[in-house]
Amino acid sequence: MSDGEIIGSYIVPVHPHTYLVPEKNPGWTKLREAFDEAALRIKNSEADLLIIYSTTWPSIIGHQIQADPNPEWVMVDHDFHDLGSIPYSFNIDSEFANAWNEANHMRGLKSRTINYYGFPIDVGSVVALKLLNPDNAIPAVIVSSNVYANRSETSVMAKACLDVVRNTGRKAIAITAMSLSNRMFTENIDPADDKIHSLKDDEWNCKILELMEKGRLEDVGQLSRTIQKQIRVRKVVAFKPMWWLSAMNDNRNDLTGEVLAYEAIHGAGAAVIHLDPASCGTGDKEYDEDDVEYFYGDRSVLDSNDSETTTIDEEVEEIDETISTEENGPALWEPTTADGSVNSDSAPKPVGAYPHARRVGDLLYLSGVGPRQALTNSIPGGPIHDEDGEPLDYDIKAQTQAVIDNIASILEEAGSSLDQIIDVTTFLVDMKRDFQGYNEVWAETLGKIGPTRTTLAIRALPTPIAVEMKVIAQFFD
Amino acid sequence: MSLSLGVFNSKIIALAESDKDPNPLRHDMAKGKIVAGCIAPHPPHLVYAENPDQNEPTSEGGWEQLRWGYERLRESLSEIEHDVIVILSPHWQTYVGTHFLGLENFQSLSVDPVFPNLFRYHYDLNIDVELAKQIHDNAEKAGLAVKMMENPDFRVDYGTITTGHLFNPKWDKPLVVISSNRSTDYYSAEVMQEMMIELGRITRETIEESGKKAVILASNSLSHRHFTTESEIPEDMSKEHIASHAMHLWDMRIIDYIRSGQTQRILDEMPEFIEQAIAESDGGGLSWLISALDTPDYPAILHGYGTIIGTGNAVVEWPCYKHEEGSQ
Repeated sequence: MSDGEIIGSYIVPVHPHTYLVPEKNPGWTKLREAFDEAALRIKNSEADLLIIYSTTWPSIIGHQIQADPNPEWVMVDHDFHDLGSIPYSFNIDSEFANAWNEANHMRGLKSRTINYYGFPIDVGSVVALKLLNPDNAIPAVIVSSNVYANRSETSVMAKACLDVVRNTGRKAIAITAMSLSNRMFTENIDPADDKIHSLKDDEWNCKILELMEKGRLEDVGQLSRTIQKQIRVRKVVAFKPMWWLSAMNDNRNDLTGEVLAYEAIHGAGAAVIHLDPASCGTGDKEYDEDDVEYFYGDRSVLDSNDSETTTIDEEVEEIDETISTEENGPALWEPTTADGSVNSDSAPKPVGAYPHARRVGDLLYLSGVGPRQALTNSIPGGPIHDEDGEPLDYDIKAQTQAVIDNIASILEEAGSSLDQIIDVTTFLVDMKRDFQGYNEVWAETLGKIGPTRTTLAIRALPTPIAVEMKVIAQFFD
Repeated sequence: MSLSLGVFNSKIIALAESDKDPNPLRHDMAKGKIVAGCIAPHPPHLVYAENPDQNEPTSEGGWEQLRWGYERLRESLSEIEHDVIVILSPHWQTYVGTHFLGLENFQSLSVDPVFPNLFRYHYDLNIDVELAKQIHDNAEKAGLAVKMMENPDFRVDYGTITTGHLFNPKWDKPLVVISSNRSTDYYSAEVMQEMMIELGRITRETIEESGKKAVILASNSLSHRHFTTESEIPEDMSKEHIASHAMHLWDMRIIDYIRSGQTQRILDEMPEFIEQAIAESDGGGLSWLISALDTPDYPAILHGYGTIIGTGNAVVEWPCYKHEEGSQ
């Protein structure tokens, strides 16, 4: 099956007022009416799946996906418990949830499904499902918001979801349960006195709504960090849902947007927004943050040389041999083949127009060799920074060993071997941190062979690696 | 008429002495007191590792240093007579003031939303509603935003359950459960601390008025940077360590203050601690505890220290009863 697609997106507020007491404030009534209108549109659409990203379900170990086919309980809000209780019984598409979880793993993400009796479904998801899907006619799936996830992780998680939507032919509605400005009044208020907490919050909310009405979802996504700073109390989860929703819509800026309602709930900015995938005809992107396909962020915090990393990379490679290398540096090139060139399928592809090695007389001159792996482009020991340039912990020993293994592959291709190496020039990006580890691996390998060696500190290498070696070896026919 | 002034949430509350509604019995009954104050962390991992009947998942143990620390704490407290346990839990997060559980009994299933694989606990706990309401009322008079939680469908947060179990597995003492007001997020650590110091003072004075002997708990860890991945066997202790050296240094700094009776320095450095160690004391528990203990200058007992998925956790007891006037 194929041709699945996102047939609509909605942004809805998280607080329970719209479900429990809409009549107590005219604004809450308008929000409830907007919810009802959105529910009607969804009912009249071809939707066969609702996908909810909720900011009120934080997670720590990657993302969590609800997979209990029929979660039931009575939800009471931690803050607004005096408004009443919300019994729920939902229809969850556990098959889709499991497929999404697998797709996440294939794209390098940590995630897991949740299927436990009594699991507390968060207030944002409960309100969204109760109001948008009141008769449970359409199955749903809910995903958490990871407190540590950055843009790339959040976007890749959406793309993994899209993989499943498309592969299973679903007609899906994407929903983010979220506030715009999230600053609430910190005291109890009379419902009649509710309003947006401050003029600044209101102005920013209107700016977001203006972009939404023009269908400029990716622009809002790229403003997420600014929005977080301007009108968001830190709370647990930052303003991430626009990253997810934009990626669910192929990072488009030409959707057809409609704000069904915008009001305050206890001071926070609450809006019901409908984004239709039909193009509104405009939509150049004003910003150009990288589009990320696979997640390479730090997930091996328990063990920097975790074998699981290799497994994930292998899976990714199986899915798509054209792994994006943009996060790990420049595009890869086929090695050049001028006379005397030696190239190996077991060595990482060059990042420019050059061969792996070149033979001149009885000498072999190798291009600089790093630790990247030939097939997956992964870096044993981990990259030294993420795609945002944020430093990561990495294992210099693992990287150094991988460099030497790659050198061995090239020499073997040429008919030579490690014990024929005459001279090595090593480049380290962090001499202070890495010299000792690098030196230990050297001593156990090339040190026992005895080539001359020069070690230099340099500012950076083209890919996020810590070590590279330039080698001259002998060659005997 | 003398006035006491409190300034919170842009309000100026002027309280006439006649409005303080002193308990007419207070001079007739024995003065209540806080007999011990504790830092008692709440990761569900510790309950999971203990394999109590109430928890559905089973484990092969793990995190023994902290669990043994809790054992020592329980042993120590078993020698101290007390009527009630007062907990401030950072996992009941409230943004509209500070809330208090306000029904006599709560029974339900607590499933940790972050670690449901480890914690699905059937709880049955009793609340000292009278004391909770007294603290609530006195806090309200002082200008703090407060609310009693009286919805019978409410599920008690897993932090309270975890701490409650580890602290008193028999559940034979009533609790007062106080929510964590997120004023650090809304304003700053300084504002949070000002409010929690006030709430701590009110808690202490209300306990004294009540005639009850109370143990008070700040249910929080120290440094709070989690790992973002979990080992295949959660209790695999070969994978457990502090998230970073910086977190370790902060934990040891705070523990040094705890062990040397320098609680004022903890308060002084709290904003930096919260920011740099992502400390869970941003929820106010530690500031509230220190204030409720009247900023003790005597050493606390460190019963245990250990890490849980990278976070730093200490089990600490301030044995107040040993430092009362006239005690030996």
